[in-house]
Amino acid sequence: MVATTLEPGLKHAHFRTAGLPAMLLLPQLLILLLFFFIPSIRALMQAFLLADPFGATVHFVWFDNFTALFASESYRNSIWVTIWFTLAQNVVTIVVALVLAFATDRVVRFQSAYKGVILLPYAIAPVIAGVIWAFLFNPAVGPIAFCIKSFGIAWDPNLNGWDAMLLVVLAASWKHICYDYIFLVAGLLAVPKSLMEAAAVDGAGPVKRFFQIALPLLGPTLFFLTTMNFVYGFFETFAIIDAVTRGGPAGATNILVYKVYQDGFINLDLGSSAAQSVLLMTFALLLTLLQFKYVERKVNYSI
Amino acid sequence: MVERSPILTTICHLLLIGGIVLVCMPLYFAFIAGSLTMEQVQQVPMPWLPGGHFIENLATAWSKVDFGQLLVNSFIVAIGITVGKVAISLLSAFAITYFRFRFRILAFWLIFMSLMLPVEVRIVPTYEAVANAALPIQWLIDLLNLQGLWEWISGDRIEISLEWNMLNTYQGLILPLIASASATFLFRQFFLTVPDELLEAARLDGASAMRFFWTILLPLSRSNIIALSIILFLYGWNQYLWPLLFTTDKDMATAVIGVKHLIPRSDTEPAWNVAMSGALLAMLPPVVVVLVMQRWFVRGLVDSSK
Repeated sequence: MVATTLEPGLKHAHFRTAGLPAMLLLPQLLILLLFFFIPSIRALMQAFLLADPFGATVHFVWFDNFTALFASESYRNSIWVTIWFTLAQNVVTIVVALVLAFATDRVVRFQSAYKGVILLPYAIAPVIAGVIWAFLFNPAVGPIAFCIKSFGIAWDPNLNGWDAMLLVVLAASWKHICYDYIFLVAGLLAVPKSLMEAAAVDGAGPVKRFFQIALPLLGPTLFFLTTMNFVYGFFETFAIIDAVTRGGPAGATNILVYKVYQDGFINLDLGSSAAQSVLLMTFALLLTLLQFKYVERKVNYSI
Repeated sequence: MVERSPILTTICHLLLIGGIVLVCMPLYFAFIAGSLTMEQVQQVPMPWLPGGHFIENLATAWSKVDFGQLLVNSFIVAIGITVGKVAISLLSAFAITYFRFRFRILAFWLIFMSLMLPVEVRIVPTYEAVANAALPIQWLIDLLNLQGLWEWISGDRIEISLEWNMLNTYQGLILPLIASASATFLFRQFFLTVPDELLEAARLDGASAMRFFWTILLPLSRSNIIALSIILFLYGWNQYLWPLLFTTDKDMATAVIGVKHLIPRSDTEPAWNVAMSGALLAMLPPVVVVLVMQRWFVRGLVDSSK
């Protein structure tokens, strides 16, 4: 029964029945079929169709939905908004997480208490984080908005697009720093002590060692975190946008995933929404491929 | 630590305290706002110390959006997602690592493809799938023209229209969120590290495949299951987009959606105190889980992104 030739990902000792594995796979594949494959294929089909608002007639329109998208001012605006939003969020998250991880690596006392508190936002739903930040920066009642105004700076995220963008970037980063932080702490812990000691003997101080030894070794982790931050910024910040700005004012925070929702469920433009979904899917797949490249790299460079 | 450097250590402590302030400050203000009356919360500047109306505001929030029911819904959905995903993932990971059958590689790739294509990008079509899960069967009927076939055979004309509406149901909230393979891969990776000798020994003792799964593989996976369950519980509890779309019936919404309904808009009274107390209530269960099971949580987080 034990076979000697090995397929990839198959245990050396394995069973050779046919019916049982099919039964075991059935629930997973059935759910994937209903809620993953069919919806994805539907999105692909709809992206090439044009239906009138009542769904009475449907035409095949080739790439019209896509050309209409790229011609539309609001979609191009949404692309730029998404780029700015994800980049800013990425930079803020990684820099703060790196500083905190470096500090955590150096301290001995209270280390686990610090970690425990810094990890807390992971448990908080994005929409709740959004509600709290919307309150803090609310121009009428928010305590932080009050502080900003007391410096004589005008502040109103309901009217000023840049204020709104700053607010969603802060809220999104606040919620996500903990994620990058925990991976960087784990990464720093894996840096070989011998390397650090050798560098210290050569006279490199702690900060220099961090930049010249730890940071390059953290390269793969940073790469992984950057892709994960993009995934987060692109897809999971929907709730923050919906709670804080609803894409406004005047589309200043209308990121792509929020626009899919708006066009699909509020404006009921299914063809356009599906075309946007397809573009987002393509982008998600690109990120996935990048991810796998990273996994490969991690294996090669593992210490 | 390589060398002692008291100044740097002090700076590090200060940085970490800064980080803690950054995390806690919004929560602290939320708590203060949640403990004030509506008049107090609108004072400029807002008081910096908590008032005594927290329970009162909580009661208002509770009755305003029926939090009792919403919390129950959140628990059912979060636990449903956790148990469902762990169960189907364990079974399918077992199938693709421990069995050799003809379509093994195909099954592997089908599951693999669903990895990392987030639910958010196929919002509209998934909504359709949930609004009528029988739709694929309907297409099949239309495609094969079964109606015409029946008419041709029997001479009767029938109209087949199937409907299986899952809006406002627990399965509608749970099933689409189980449809991803991340957990399957976690278990697959783990099963590949289990020593082959275990199966060989079990086989010598005459154990069947399922018996090996139940008595050996499952107990070995215990710590992986716990770590992953925490992550999935948080994921399920904090879902927003799906419950928002799938639940038109207010009694079927989740606690997180309840908080959204409490946010004051420009045309409503600015009851931020009630909104903040509700927000703190809805975040309590996942926060407790993370605090109590921190070690497992960190492990689950790192494992599930491998």
